[in-house]
Amino acid sequence: MQIRPILSTLRHHKLTATLLTLQVAFTCAIVCNVAFMVAKRVQRISVPTGIAENELSVIHSVGIGKGENMQARQTTDLAALRAIPGVRSAAAVSYSLPLNQNESSSGICPSKQALDRAIQLNSIDGSGCVQPALYDGTPGLIVTLGLHLVAGRDFLPGEYVSKGKPAVAIVTRALAEKLYPGRPALGQNMYDGDNFIRIVGIVDTLLRPALRKPGVDADSMIWPQRPDDTGVTYVLRSAPQDRQRVLTAAEAALLQANPNRIVDPQQMQTYTQIRRGYFQRDTTMIGLLIASALGLLFVTALGIAGLANFWVQQRTRSIGIRRAIGATRGDILHYFQAENFLIVTAGVAIGALLAIGLNLLLMTQYELPRLPLWYLPVGALALWALGQLSVLSPARRAAAVQPVVATRSV
Amino acid sequence: MFGYYLDLAWRSLKRTPILTGLMVLAIGLGIGASMTMLTVLHVMTDDPMPGRSAQLYVPHLNPLPLKGNFFANGYDPSDHLTWPDAMALLKAHRARRQAALAAGYLLVRPAAADLRTFYVSGRYTTVDFFAMFGVPFEHGSSWNEAEDSANAHVVVLADSLARKLFGDTDAIGKMVRLGENDFRVVGITTDWHPSPLFYADERAKRYADRDLFFLPLSTAVDLNLNTDGSVDSWGKMPNGDMRSATTAWLQFWVQLDGPTQAAAYKRFLIDYSAEQKSLGRFQRPATDATLYSLMGWLAHENLVPGDVRLQMWLALGFLLVCMVNVLALLLAKFLRRSGEISVRRALGARRRDIFVQFGIESAVIGVAGGVLGVLISELGLWSVRHRPDDYAHIARMDASMLLTTLALAVFASTMAGLLPAWRACRVVPALQLKTL
Repeated sequence: MQIRPILSTLRHHKLTATLLTLQVAFTCAIVCNVAFMVAKRVQRISVPTGIAENELSVIHSVGIGKGENMQARQTTDLAALRAIPGVRSAAAVSYSLPLNQNESSSGICPSKQALDRAIQLNSIDGSGCVQPALYDGTPGLIVTLGLHLVAGRDFLPGEYVSKGKPAVAIVTRALAEKLYPGRPALGQNMYDGDNFIRIVGIVDTLLRPALRKPGVDADSMIWPQRPDDTGVTYVLRSAPQDRQRVLTAAEAALLQANPNRIVDPQQMQTYTQIRRGYFQRDTTMIGLLIASALGLLFVTALGIAGLANFWVQQRTRSIGIRRAIGATRGDILHYFQAENFLIVTAGVAIGALLAIGLNLLLMTQYELPRLPLWYLPVGALALWALGQLSVLSPARRAAAVQPVVATRSV
Repeated sequence: MFGYYLDLAWRSLKRTPILTGLMVLAIGLGIGASMTMLTVLHVMTDDPMPGRSAQLYVPHLNPLPLKGNFFANGYDPSDHLTWPDAMALLKAHRARRQAALAAGYLLVRPAAADLRTFYVSGRYTTVDFFAMFGVPFEHGSSWNEAEDSANAHVVVLADSLARKLFGDTDAIGKMVRLGENDFRVVGITTDWHPSPLFYADERAKRYADRDLFFLPLSTAVDLNLNTDGSVDSWGKMPNGDMRSATTAWLQFWVQLDGPTQAAAYKRFLIDYSAEQKSLGRFQRPATDATLYSLMGWLAHENLVPGDVRLQMWLALGFLLVCMVNVLALLLAKFLRRSGEISVRRALGARRRDIFVQFGIESAVIGVAGGVLGVLISELGLWSVRHRPDDYAHIARMDASMLLTTLALAVFASTMAGLLPAWRACRVVPALQLKTL
């Protein structure tokens, strides 16, 4: 296959070829970045929460009676909820659950000295102190959520408090390693500015109610504090297929136990719904990104095919002449394929540079990390394949031109 | 000649239906995607108070200590005022009208037996609020200045809440139980909800929330009613005291006539900050105090989510590729007709005539693409309206956006047609005629 005749033909169509190259370049740049953004979002929405997601349902209740004893109320409510057929366990929390956006967090230091350092620095950064998300709840929370204890134990009944701060806590592995790097965290006393809190257990993973950034998303801590507000969130664990039925039954059971309350249907959800709601924007965005990438590739494929078609029609006579003087059908086919390959190659070369530029621009605007370089060859391969596919049919039409055309006037 | 060129364009396009279809489709997709996102952006950044917005301003003071990390929650706590500052600005009365406000969330206990208790969102505010924002009243009026400062138990209801509680009977003078207290209804407003709800804070869903009751701020603080906005404290733990000098939670708006008054008010804010600094309350430079216009405030609050902007850029990038695509196809198409061009030139057509002829052909494609684009963007907006975001329901195309869409389509395709048309009119007739 000779490249020189192709180049000299392209020189005759300099402008059109340049435009096609540019189109391929833009497409390559955008598609590479879009693919990267899709990958990032998919990674974001598939983060594990550490709880038994597809077995949980959540129901929220606000007591509106006056002077009620909230503790007694919760005990009755929980008994009623546990009596529902299919409910394996139940617990009450104030409001925080992974990914439900209702976060309460507080500064915790590995020691008193670390707190002094933080005060001196006037910042938590660099002091060794961290700001984990705080989870509270009634006895049975660990079991209900399906948390995986990797060390230590669950809370003892005597450790639960209703007012004031508990003296013990269970932390996630990520938080333990951050507070006590290289040391066993179990049994250590954390300091929160007023009290010491002893670590009695470590769970594998427990995500925050609201994600911040990858390094701190798993910094959570549970302490044995019973919810003590009129509003309380009940967490129920059942078989996945029972969840909807359990929720309906739970609403009825709660209203029967005490009608003087508001059970908001908006806050009566399976955990799957909570998770879907949290990542709704990301899933929409993933859909849009994929659609736009496909749209771009589609338009570019149309462009390549349309132009190739044109060139074939335009060059019918010269193709005929080439055939008449001995070129085979394969030669003609390869000619158009090679031409397309050259244009797409030039396009992806420029496109790679544009992709990096676009990524740098996006990094300043959207907290996007740097584009891994392997996206570029993959993008190039995709566009080569796309180019060859779109040029195939016009090229075959060109190869089908009879040598006799050369003798006719077009 | 225009009719003739139109006819020529039509014939030429008919000769290559697939290619024409491709070009129209490319323009339609590009325009449709771009206009969907531009419309979303347009409705999100629209003026919520046309006619009034130029007079509305937000004073901004900075009582935060010099050291400390106050931005962990993603917003600036000094965007809100503390109780002492808001009261000082109210008392100074340097603007034509001024109001302090905060979001409220209260339990309604209806007197009617067939209604269950429910929660409702509203606003705690001061008396100028209604006149300053031009809240339309259906019955009654706002509370008066005396009631404003006397912690009176009065409330203004929105029409829909009044109807829900009292049916079609006149609600003025009736009592309504909110939380644990009874309030006398003094006024009913129409269901008034500017979009976005510009005076709400960053915790609100500003494209979806609406206020269904209004009651005096002093009363709310006196009764320690639930607030439903950001409350940020620094310094010594103020223990939930909303009157604390180190707790920012109030929004504040002023009405000023013209830039001279605005400049004077800004000076007043700086003087006030300097005074507070000399008293040892403020630590930051007095010149940190500033005044935002309504639109400036919305820009500062950055209501448009990053994802929406990203989607817009994506759509515009898509349009660019579509345009390059159409450009290349038109160029190939026009240059293929070099023979025809040369014959016309040889018969006396000027370069300008050729240029106009091909310009019209590209414009025809543009109009067709624009019409398709309008359809596609209507489809796009329909899908945006089905998103669960708070701005989804306002994503509708208005007349101005419709015209913009068509104009953009014709403009884009004419631009894409300019270069090919220019190349076409530069064809050297003699060379081409020889080969015919």
